[in-house]
Amino acid sequence: MSLSVDVAHRLGSFSLTARFVSEGRLTAFFGRSGAGKTSLVNIIAGIVRPERGRIVLDDRPLVDTEQGIFVPRYRRRVGYVFQEGRLFPHLTVRQNLLFGRWFTPKPERQIGLDQVLDLLGIGHLLDRSPGALSGGEKQRVAIGRALLTSPRLLLLDEPLASLDETRKEDILPFIERLRDEAEVPIVYVSHSLAEVARLATTVVMIEDGRILAVGPPIDVLGRRELMASHGTAETGALIEAVVAEHDPSFGLTALRSAAGSLLAPHLDLPIGTPVRLRIRARDVMIATTRPDGLSALNVLAGRVTALEEADESLVEVGLDCGGVRLAARLTRRSVDALGLEPGREVYAVVKSVALDREALGRGPGLAADATADYRQR
Amino acid sequence: MNDLLNLSPEEWTAVRLSIRVATVAMLASLPIGIAVAYLLARGRFPGKSILNGIVLLPLILPPVVTGYLLLLAFGRRGPIGAFLAEHFGIVFSFRWTGAALACGVMGFPLLVRSIRLSLEAVDRRLEEAAGSLGANPLWVFLFVTLPLILPGIIAGMILCFAKAMGEFGATITFVSNIPGETQTLPSAIYTFTQIPGGEAGAMRLTLVSIAISMAALVVSEVMARRVGQRLWFE
Repeated sequence: MSLSVDVAHRLGSFSLTARFVSEGRLTAFFGRSGAGKTSLVNIIAGIVRPERGRIVLDDRPLVDTEQGIFVPRYRRRVGYVFQEGRLFPHLTVRQNLLFGRWFTPKPERQIGLDQVLDLLGIGHLLDRSPGALSGGEKQRVAIGRALLTSPRLLLLDEPLASLDETRKEDILPFIERLRDEAEVPIVYVSHSLAEVARLATTVVMIEDGRILAVGPPIDVLGRRELMASHGTAETGALIEAVVAEHDPSFGLTALRSAAGSLLAPHLDLPIGTPVRLRIRARDVMIATTRPDGLSALNVLAGRVTALEEADESLVEVGLDCGGVRLAARLTRRSVDALGLEPGREVYAVVKSVALDREALGRGPGLAADATADYRQR
Repeated sequence: MNDLLNLSPEEWTAVRLSIRVATVAMLASLPIGIAVAYLLARGRFPGKSILNGIVLLPLILPPVVTGYLLLLAFGRRGPIGAFLAEHFGIVFSFRWTGAALACGVMGFPLLVRSIRLSLEAVDRRLEEAAGSLGANPLWVFLFVTLPLILPGIIAGMILCFAKAMGEFGATITFVSNIPGETQTLPSAIYTFTQIPGGEAGAMRLTLVSIAISMAALVVSEVMARRVGQRLWFE
């Protein structure tokens, strides 16, 4: 799949200019509220007609203002899951789910009701009415409804924004499965770094109606200057790893990454499953010799690559651990005391506790057999 | 007492005619009413306020004036009446169809107002969602908008029916008071009050009027509740 966007639009005093190409399985539009993410998604869905520009999905132009092309939303085959679900109140869950399927030409129907019910775990809700569903259930039904139109692209606009933290944790695995199994490219809008870090294969960073960066999450989310506006406490690095071993006696899971082995709280995933971890810079300590007698379980050998002053008292230390980029946030005093400078061999120390559920997700990985295992469970 | 329950054949005729006239008036104005309500609620065109004014006019004008205007336009020699009679064989003047026309025109503003209000209350975002699911504007209207405004449509139909049942001024002006043809309940009651010894007949028809009105009200309540149960839980 490839989605190519080059549009300009004005809404009152707000102007949106966006230009990017994404071929990712899950492209995350990441930015703060009001950055223009939803406007951009509305333009892709055909709900808003851009003043100028061109949108091409898999060689098929959806909008081209120069050639006068504007495919109406009902012919775009772009599924849209709205922030508030927007289920039809006069229809049951089953009727809601099958609504769009009815308008999809038979040869184009690639996904069946049973498949969707299984993927999203909503089989028991079929005869309910939307009013009797919880927020998380509504969102899953809305996702299923869009999926059943066999869309060429699925837009998810902050699907978790209206849910509380525990509910989010319930839905995220479904979105991971969607990304890895449904074979529909997804555009996922979010202002939450944790969600984007966990789900994205491509990040499009948006601010004030402009695109700041496009690229793999490991690159984009690791760049401190980009992350500055999202609160300095959140900066950090992403690491791709694989589940290597479970240790039931201590309830731990060992992960293998290029940076070395990491121990995390138990993960209910089979061995070989790709995972993605987000390690916040403030959770990383640095030692100049291999530490001894330390509670932290994860010690990674590496080299200092850069020192950047975050503010007057804090320094962000860039690290390279076996080719993996890591960041550590230290006080300027510690940097001074340790004599850190680029090229210096050091050890990065990460508490396993810092690798909590929020920081850990099933990675989009490439290991097809691992995905198959997961499906069988 | 027996006197109050035994309707004469002539009185039954007036009752049946009234129900037929009101039902036809309501059903015939329904599709036009939905279309006009849609235009007024969603349309953006020059002359919208004029259309709105014309629709509401029968509500404000004295019914006799409306009836007289109908007579001028739809009478045998009226421009529209002559055209319809000549080309389609449809005659309104001094026929029960004319009574239905007069009742429909009088009930129309109530019908349109009710549908328009419910259309304006529809969450447009649901229509957007339906569009993104592949439904073209016609399907969106039939499968989303129409079911959502059903309570408003039912309410409007009942108001229109009730208005038609009670219509007197415009009907008697336009199509007169011919027993068996244009003499609806109100006209019949009026006639009874004009002849000596007609009080019993007037009373019987009054009771029938009350019964029909109550029945219409109950039916509308039940229907609205049934629809509402499906619509208003969110």
